[in-house]
Amino acid sequence: MKNVIFFALMGLAFVGAGEFQSWSFSLTILNLCLISAVMALGVNIQWGYAGIFNVGIMGFAALGGAAAVLVNAAPVPEAWAAGGAGILASGVALLAVIGLIVLIRKKLTGGLRRYATIATVIGGYFAVREIYGPAVAAIEAVDPAKTGFLGGLGLPIIFSWAVGGVFAAGGAWVVGKVALGLRSDYLAIATLGISEIIIAVLKNEDWLTRGVKNVSTLEPAVPTAIELQNAPWFQDLAAWFNSDVISASGIFVKLSYAVLFTIVLLAILWLSEKALKSPWGRMMRAIRDNRDAAQAMGKDVTRRHLQTFIIGSAVVGIAGAMLTTMDAQFTPGTYNPLRFTFLIWVMVIVGGSGNNWGSILGGFLIWFVWVEAERFGPLVMELVTSGMADDSALRTNLMDSAAHLRLFLMGAILLIVLRFSPRGLIPEK
Amino acid sequence: MTDILNALALMANYVFVPGLAYGSQLALGALGVTLIYSILRFSNFAHGDTMAFGAMLTILATWWLQSMGISAGPLPTALLALPIGIVGTVLFVLATDRIVFRYYRKVKAASIVTMMASVGVMFVMNGLVRVIIGPGEQRFADGERFIIKAREFKEMTGLAEGISIRTTQAITVIVALIVVALLFWFLQKSRTGKAMRAYADNEDLALLSGINPDKVVLVAWIIAATLATIAGTLYGLDKSFKPFTYFQLLLPIFAAAIVGGIGNPLGAVAGGFIIAFSEMGFTYAYKRFIGYLGPDGWVPEGLMQLLSTDYKFAVSFVILVLVLLVRPTGIFRGKVL
Repeated sequence: MKNVIFFALMGLAFVGAGEFQSWSFSLTILNLCLISAVMALGVNIQWGYAGIFNVGIMGFAALGGAAAVLVNAAPVPEAWAAGGAGILASGVALLAVIGLIVLIRKKLTGGLRRYATIATVIGGYFAVREIYGPAVAAIEAVDPAKTGFLGGLGLPIIFSWAVGGVFAAGGAWVVGKVALGLRSDYLAIATLGISEIIIAVLKNEDWLTRGVKNVSTLEPAVPTAIELQNAPWFQDLAAWFNSDVISASGIFVKLSYAVLFTIVLLAILWLSEKALKSPWGRMMRAIRDNRDAAQAMGKDVTRRHLQTFIIGSAVVGIAGAMLTTMDAQFTPGTYNPLRFTFLIWVMVIVGGSGNNWGSILGGFLIWFVWVEAERFGPLVMELVTSGMADDSALRTNLMDSAAHLRLFLMGAILLIVLRFSPRGLIPEK
Repeated sequence: MTDILNALALMANYVFVPGLAYGSQLALGALGVTLIYSILRFSNFAHGDTMAFGAMLTILATWWLQSMGISAGPLPTALLALPIGIVGTVLFVLATDRIVFRYYRKVKAASIVTMMASVGVMFVMNGLVRVIIGPGEQRFADGERFIIKAREFKEMTGLAEGISIRTTQAITVIVALIVVALLFWFLQKSRTGKAMRAYADNEDLALLSGINPDKVVLVAWIIAATLATIAGTLYGLDKSFKPFTYFQLLLPIFAAAIVGGIGNPLGAVAGGFIIAFSEMGFTYAYKRFIGYLGPDGWVPEGLMQLLSTDYKFAVSFVILVLVLLVRPTGIFRGKVL
């Protein structure tokens, strides 16, 4: 009953934002809330089910975003002709070097193995670079103002949601293989590092996703506002609702995204609930609550952890692709760990770790507060500084940075929930 | 012969001197992280933002001193302002301990929960810093800019390559040396320092022998906050102050602490320099260096750079992963988490 009230209040908040601010604004928040809820679900699978502390959410979300580019952007044949073969060859060479290292590690022993590995790593690095460098230079020289990258497959962007999940799962497999054997703190630092590296790659490898030049030519998943305004059926529809075509088209686009996102959210929620209630879910919670006992019962803890880490990261990747789809552009420069990693953590903790409904509520609530706090921060500051002279330097300074009050607010919310209600708003059953 | 000297001067100017300064900053940061880890037994995610907070207070104090017309002559005014920044940061950090961390110690919470709480503190401090001083870049170094300019060095030695040493770099290294020496003396010789080491080593035994845990924790926070403020101010003097960069320093600092062996102060210092010199060494373009060493008049094509500077995070990360795989306790045998 309490939970129903929580969600009803959340709904009311959206109606309030719609009535008092604008419906378009309210729907924008709603869409990002839906995406945040999917991300929170992914983190909850890792943290709530298995107790894995992943601080690299930003990286997996960005991999999803990169998938949107690689699936949807139009292919650039000139770039492929210029350097496609070189890139493929360097990929093959890289695989060959890795294979050689694996072979050395398997066949040789002792000091010879160590020196052979080091020599192969160094030699392989320069060999691969020899092929890779010219290919990249050739690709990035192709019409750099417009393309300068290989482009994507030119497929509908909606496919990228699945591809984004696969990319993130692949990334998670690599990270998990290296770091999951370690205990919590090291895993946290390792994931933090890998997410920074993923962002660095996406910012700098221009041949792949144009780097910080951004890809802003993505095809939206739903009809654009302009297309709708010119479509006779939509003009009729708008007339029927007594609304002008331009604002109606904006709302319609956002509503379509909301419907798509809700379908994904519900599907993932349904699967997560199924998994949680299955023997697999019971096993995961047993591992989380007492790792040693579960191991003694014959459960392969490291393997199970890897599995959950991959599944959770894949869900985050899907959400990342959805986000890029809605923006219809990919901007690696905007990924920031506070917003893409730690804010998601606040959502999961506040909502209730281990409970999927809790994560969804947390995703909605925290995103809503995050957006509204940016608007209300200056108002609060106005109140605080109302005693000061209008032109006081301190006041202007405080007013300018008031939007950052929301970081303070998020920290306070996290600390209060952690202290007084560590199980969150909707606790695990 | 001159070619070799020129090559050495080149390396000293672009890798050794900046690496020494950066390594000192990382070492001071890693010492704070390692201290909190060994006494309070959690990884403090708020440490980067504590550095930012301390640096911010020092900058504000610097501006205040400058407005009063006080300066340190050839040295940056920030050195005079540093004590004010330290006191403010210590008070703030002690308040966070009182309000946040003390409770988790009392209920003996899992280290991961305390770590989560430190994320909350991180948000709060980050928000405060941005509200008070703004998210933009601040430069607050004043006084003499250089100890040796590259041109003077060239005239002095007659070499083609110069070494320039900025005042801030020299100050960083000297201050770090003094601070680290004091800290090691304190930990090894003083009564409280010995109590802290005993507490870090075996909490129950330390309690049984009558060591006051509240005092140990209090001193640990005071030292960590002091180190963070000094590290933050030195980094800001050497480069520039920007809240977000301090958050990003968290990764190399943690890497330094873990690589050296977390919980081991000597390891933290060594780790700081290992990370700093590897970052510099891997991202430096060796074109001219090899040009000097190779045959006359020959310069290699390309930059001869192992990694582009944008991947400097990758360097600390790869070293971290390698150490964790080969020697999980770190180089100086810290604790296994």
